[in-house]
Amino acid sequence: MGMTLTEKILARHAGLRSVEPGQIINANVDLVLANELSAAVAIGVFRSIKGAHGVFDRERIALVEDHFVPAKDAQSAKLAKLMKDFAEEQKITHFFDVGRGGIEHVVLPEEGLVAPGELIVGGDSHTCTYGAFGAFATGMGSTDIAAAFALGEVWLKVPASIKLVYNGRMGRGVYAKDVMLKTVGTLGIDGATYRAIEYTGTMVDDLSITGRITMANMAIEAGAKNGIFKADAKTIAYVKERTDRAFTVEESDADAVYERTIEIDVDALEPQVAFPHLPENVHPISDATREPLKVDQVFIGSCTNGYIEDLRVVASILKGKRIASNLRVVVNPGSQKVYMQAADEGILSTLVQAGCAVNTPGCGACFGGHMGTLGDGERCVSTTNRNYVGRMGSPKAEVYLASPATCAASALAGRIADPREALELVGA
Amino acid sequence: MEAELRGKAHRYGKNVDTDVIIPGKYCNIIDPVELGKHALEGLDPEFSKAVRAGDVIVAETNFGCGSSREVAPIAIKGAGVSAVVAKSFARIFYRNALNIGLPIFESEEAVDGIASGDEVTIEPATGTIRNVTKGTSYRAAAFPPFMQQLIDAGGLQPYVERRLAERA
Ligand code: SF4
Repeated sequence: MGMTLTEKILARHAGLRSVEPGQIINANVDLVLANELSAAVAIGVFRSIKGAHGVFDRERIALVEDHFVPAKDAQSAKLAKLMKDFAEEQKITHFFDVGRGGIEHVVLPEEGLVAPGELIVGGDSHTCTYGAFGAFATGMGSTDIAAAFALGEVWLKVPASIKLVYNGRMGRGVYAKDVMLKTVGTLGIDGATYRAIEYTGTMVDDLSITGRITMANMAIEAGAKNGIFKADAKTIAYVKERTDRAFTVEESDADAVYERTIEIDVDALEPQVAFPHLPENVHPISDATREPLKVDQVFIGSCTNGYIEDLRVVASILKGKRIASNLRVVVNPGSQKVYMQAADEGILSTLVQAGCAVNTPGCGACFGGHMGTLGDGERCVSTTNRNYVGRMGSPKAEVYLASPATCAASALAGRIADPREALELVGA
Repeated sequence: MEAELRGKAHRYGKNVDTDVIIPGKYCNIIDPVELGKHALEGLDPEFSKAVRAGDVIVAETNFGCGSSREVAPIAIKGAGVSAVVAKSFARIFYRNALNIGLPIFESEEAVDGIASGDEVTIEPATGTIRNVTKGTSYRAAAFPPFMQQLIDAGGLQPYVERRLAERA
C-alpha cells in the first residue's frame, strides 16, 4: 500500500519502512522552535526534567522573540530575558532577538532553517506554516517542546490525510488567502482535527512560495495537525538559496490512501471574508459590501500575510492616496528582512504617506498583544488568521479576516470593500 | 491515579477556543494561580469568581481549539477546576492537558446529561462520570493505550526521564 507525503516523512524520521494512520511513533526532529511565551514555560519544565543536562543539539533549536517585543511591560521583558538567558547558557545558534528576526514563521524559512522532507515541531500552533516547503511541521505545547529540547524526538500519532485538489486559476483580486479562507469555510474549524491536509492541483503548482505559506499557515484553522505541499522546483530553488544542508524531497505515492478528497474550483471564486467570530464563518466579499461595514482599524501583518509580496499588493493599492479619515491602518512587516526590502522598494514611504502606522516587525496586534489592540465596539479587518472572541483585544470587538488587497481597499473606503474595484483603479 | 473528582458543573457550548480560555494579553503570565484568575474570561467574565476547587467544566465539541498556548489548560487548572468533560477536544489542547495533568474526559452522553450547577463526580481510573444531582451515570471514552501508559507513568515528564536514562 502506498504512503502519503506526510506518512513518508514520519516513517523516515521514526526509522521505519512504513507507517499508517493511527500508529504512534517516536520521531527524530530536525528542528525545535519556541517563542518567548512558549519558551518561558518550556524552560521551566526542561529544568525540572531529571537527567536533562543540556539541549539535544544547540544547532537544531530556534528561539524567536516575537510576541510581546519590544517588551510591552516589565512582565513581558522578564519572559524575553528568560529565553535570551537560556539561549546564551545553552549556546543556541539560532536565537533571534527583536531587531534581528521578526515573526518566527516568517524568519525560519528566510534563514534557511526549513527544508523539504524535514520534521519540525514548534511551541506555536502556526508551526504548520513550514508545510509550504514539503516539510512535516506541527505545533505543540510547552511541555512537549521541553521534551523535544531534551530528547530531540517527539511522540506522534500518524494522521490520516485529507487531499485538497484546487483546480483552475485565481481571478484578479483573488489571492491564496481567499482560497484558504474558502477552504477553512468548507472544512469547518474542526473539519481536519487530527488530520494532515495535503494541498494539490493545478492552482497549487502555479502558486508562489508566499501563497503556499499563507495556505499552510492556516491548516490549523481547520484543526489540522499539519498542512503540506509537495516541494517542487520553486521550493528547491528557494531553499537552496538559503542553505547548503542536504535534504530529501518526498512525494505521495500514486496509490497513497486518503481519508477524503475535496475539490475546490477557484476559477469562479470571489474574494472571501471570514466574519466574526470564527475563522470558518466565511462569506464571499459581496456579503460584506451589501450593507456598509464601517471599519475602525485595518491590520496588515502576521505569519499569514506579513510578507513582501503582501506589502507590495497593499502599497500598489494605497500609492498616492490617503486612507479614509475615520480609521487607522496598522502595519507590522513580518520580519526585519521584509522590513528592509519594503524600505528599499519605497513601500514604507508609500504606506506612511498614505497615513499608515508602521510598527517594528513582530506579532503585535495579531493576538491582541500590543501595538493595535482593539477596544469595545471596534471593528477590524485584518490579514491575520484568527477572529475568535477577544482575539485582538476586547471581547466586544469584531475581527473580519481577509486578504491584504481586501484590507487595503477597505482602508481607502473606510468600510469593508471589494479589492477588485480598487485594483481596477490602479490598473493592477 | 487520583481519587474521585467532585464538584459543580459549569456548562459551555462548542468551540471554546484558547483566546477565550486565556486571552492573549495574559499570555505573559506564568503563575498558575494568577492565570486562573483570568480563566475563561473572554467567554464568561464571572467564571473565576463562581468557580470552586473541584468544579468541572462541561462543554460541547472541539474544546480548546486555536493556539498551542499551554497556559490555557494551566489557567483552567489554576482556577481550581478538577476536570474538563467535552464531546471532543482540539488536538493540541488534548496533548497539553494530559502533559500538565489536567484530567480530561470525552463523553457525548455525559455532556448531554449534565446541566450547569449539577453536582458531578468522576472516577478517573474507570472513566465513570456521575451526575449526582440527577442520579445518572456515564462512561467516558477510554484513552488510547499509549496515552493511558503516559497517564499511568505520571505524564510526559517521567516518560522523558525514562527515555533519557535508557540512553545514558
Ligand atoms: S503573527 Fe499572530 S498567528 Fe503568527 S505567530 Fe504571531 S501571534 Fe501567532
